Amino acid sequence: MLDSKIPSGPLKEKWANHKLHLKLVNPANKRKYQVIVVGTGLAGSSAAATLAELGYRVKVFCIQDSPRRAHSIAAQGGINAAKNYANDGDSIDRLFYDTIKGGDFRAREANVYRLAEVSHAIIDHCVAQGVPFAREYSGYLDNRSFGGAQVSRTFYARGQTGQQLLLGAYSALMKEVSRGNVEIHPRTEMLDLVTIDGVAKGIITRDLISGKVESHAADAVILATGGYSSVFYLSTNAKACNATAIWRAHKRGAFLANPCFTQIHPTCIPVHGDYQSKLTLMSEGLRNDGRVWVPKNANDKRDPSKVQIAERDYFLERKYPTFGNLVPRDIASRNAKEMCDSGHGVGETGMAVYLDFADAIKRLGKEKISERYGNLFEMYEKISGDNPYEKPMMIYPAPHYTMGGLWVDYNLMSTIPGLFVLGEANFSDHGANRLGASALMQGLADGYFIIPYTIGDYLAQTTPAGMDLTSFPAFREAEGQVVQKVSRLLAAKGKRTADDFHKQLGKLLWDKCGMARNEAGLRQALNQIPAIRQEFWENVNVPGSGEDLNQSLEKAGRVADYLEFAELFVMDALHRNESCGGHFREEFQTPEGEAKRDDSKFCYVAAWQHQESGAEPVLHKEPLKFESVNLTQRSYK
Amino acid sequence: MDKKLNLKLMLWRQNGAKDKGKFETYKVKDIDVSMSFLEMLDVLNETLTREGQEPVAFDHDCREGICGACGAVVNGKAHGKLKGTTLCQLHMRHFENNETIVIEPWRAKGFPVIKDLVVDRSSFDRIIAAGGYISAKTGSAPDANAIPVAKESVEQSMDAAACIGCGACVAACPNAAAMLFVGAKISHLVLLPQGKVESKTRTGNMVHQMDKEGFGNCSNEYECEAACPKSISVSNIALMNREFMFSKNPPKP
Repeated sequence: MLDSKIPSGPLKEKWANHKLHLKLVNPANKRKYQVIVVGTGLAGSSAAATLAELGYRVKVFCIQDSPRRAHSIAAQGGINAAKNYANDGDSIDRLFYDTIKGGDFRAREANVYRLAEVSHAIIDHCVAQGVPFAREYSGYLDNRSFGGAQVSRTFYARGQTGQQLLLGAYSALMKEVSRGNVEIHPRTEMLDLVTIDGVAKGIITRDLISGKVESHAADAVILATGGYSSVFYLSTNAKACNATAIWRAHKRGAFLANPCFTQIHPTCIPVHGDYQSKLTLMSEGLRNDGRVWVPKNANDKRDPSKVQIAERDYFLERKYPTFGNLVPRDIASRNAKEMCDSGHGVGETGMAVYLDFADAIKRLGKEKISERYGNLFEMYEKISGDNPYEKPMMIYPAPHYTMGGLWVDYNLMSTIPGLFVLGEANFSDHGANRLGASALMQGLADGYFIIPYTIGDYLAQTTPAGMDLTSFPAFREAEGQVVQKVSRLLAAKGKRTADDFHKQLGKLLWDKCGMARNEAGLRQALNQIPAIRQEFWENVNVPGSGEDLNQSLEKAGRVADYLEFAELFVMDALHRNESCGGHFREEFQTPEGEAKRDDSKFCYVAAWQHQESGAEPVLHKEPLKFESVNLTQRSYK
Repeated sequence: MDKKLNLKLMLWRQNGAKDKGKFETYKVKDIDVSMSFLEMLDVLNETLTREGQEPVAFDHDCREGICGACGAVVNGKAHGKLKGTTLCQLHMRHFENNETIVIEPWRAKGFPVIKDLVVDRSSFDRIIAAGGYISAKTGSAPDANAIPVAKESVEQSMDAAACIGCGACVAACPNAAAMLFVGAKISHLVLLPQGKVESKTRTGNMVHQMDKEGFGNCSNEYECEAACPKSISVSNIALMNREFMFSKNPPKP
């Protein structure tokens, strides 16, 4: 039933051959097609700008007040590309292999190869757009290293790479707005997907200022709405990040793949109070020069400066001498947790490890370190009150990225014809663990260099609507349902706030379905989620009205969807009786405590289909075939 | 353990652009000094909601100082008194127990109030649409290392490109000028060889749009630089003015 549409032929020729066989829409006909893009992060903005350049009519929606504020803006460390400017042995094949291995052999070979292949063009294009990447004195581009790689292939703009790439994509988008090819709808939230005869034909939105619920029709719909890390409440994601768009699409028939593949980022500022609203990431780039350690003796509460070198355990360097502090994220996180669980954690709560720059400062000088990480050090000091030039940073893992997402085929089309999914919102390229600096690469690959080709193939076989479909019953019905849900939230008039429910759900998921999972805990979570959901609908308090800016209402709608999504998330984690990448089931580990895959039973993509009747979702399996790499136990030792 | 604060907040409440708006006074108790300013507002909002009142609307998103969504005038200063800091990165350890804090939205003709502390900054998007880009089409670029760019130029360009578009420069300026925002974008692009090609039309178009949006003129107060959370230099305004002189289509006076 699941057709991934992976082209035949040798891995290295698949994309080139596929492009040659994709159908084209002639330039004069492109303007007859209307495309909707939801989300304006790297994937959404780059797709919208490029499709408009090609001549399609594009409508763009985002919940922020400006497309420039989407959460891609917060990505710090960099973007990978197999340029081999560093002359250190990089190649498309190596980036491909590192990504497949980093993802613990749970991603599609063909997708990952294509990603590595187009990585070159992304850097070229971004430079042409004016992205001020770091350069050497020669005037040529500089690189740094990231986790899971032994080459330096990461391009960066100080600690603000995501910001600079997004401003590039945003400026391209605004250029197309000025030329009349794109219509932007900021402060507008997609609350449902509309299908006609099973084909995606538009969306229902709510204007966040006026509260007006509206229909928008199109010949194709693109979702680029990001991930669902904030299902944990506390995460490194922005406050508005949510899963509503992908969850609504799922309920309209789009399969959701591998939701249990979540990434917990090792280097974040630790939690310090109940009031805390979000967690702040400290870029993985810091692990180039920072050394991770804890005191060798458990419950050693001395000031770090008092702990002698011999009394310190540089546990990543000790356990993984080859990759050292630059092991992939899942491994670094799990090891930090282990250290804290065994009483070696530091700080007031004992839930932190040190990330120490003393050696790097001695070696390179404070100035060099400040040039590389100045803004991150400042941010750390603002939040924690400690100066990392003088005292080691304290860090702890936090939810950061979700590899799972809507299932898409090689053309990035979901199981609903006409619905395409890009960037973090899809599941396609990172398997069970994403390597650092690869999210920016994937978002821009999807938007600039893949969807512009593949959507043409779909549209070439679709007659443009040529009329306004929004008067069709499917739109009227979906609009009615959205209006009803909004009134139901406002009418509950209970005693608890939406945030309160979100925190309760988040804590449950963090405890039972976070960095380490086991069957008993997952079953408890599955029991408790429906009870929280039921109480939510009876006891949530959403003040204000639906006819003006109402941030409580926005929040409540997103929490309501998370309360449904969470169940599938846990169900997927429970069904996958193996450990791989970020999905660590305590029952399945090697004697050294590493993730133990079961390739004989779980070498597949788990794609879940929603059931209208309210019955349990149905699992579809897309087998993963590895033709170019050998499946091995990942080793970074 | 951490110190706790009791505070009096004088907060601007305004229901829509047509409402006159007024200050309301609220008390918040037991505020942990490690909280961010926005987390303090969260505490207030959770309390208001439980009491059946409408919470205070304020823009915010990333809460790590980069998205540019948040911002309010705190005790007369855009983003508060701490230099180089967005409101979300201002922590309560910088306030005193029993202090009265006055909190207002950005006030400028170019930023009409939507509700409480939320303002409409779409004028900034329209200024960017007027020319704040390099018109390179996807697929047309040469190899990224084909054109070397002097490290000093890139560093200067990056200093300007760090702008987060929050609007504090406008809020801090007695003339509600947007010249730091516009100057930063012009500098970012013109300092790179890729951005020089269109520089003659870019500056004129952007300045023209800036005037159309109702932003004022620069009178060298330097308040914008002082309020800028990314400490962007006023020298970018000088560069913009210089570029404007050579601009092909300066707006008519």
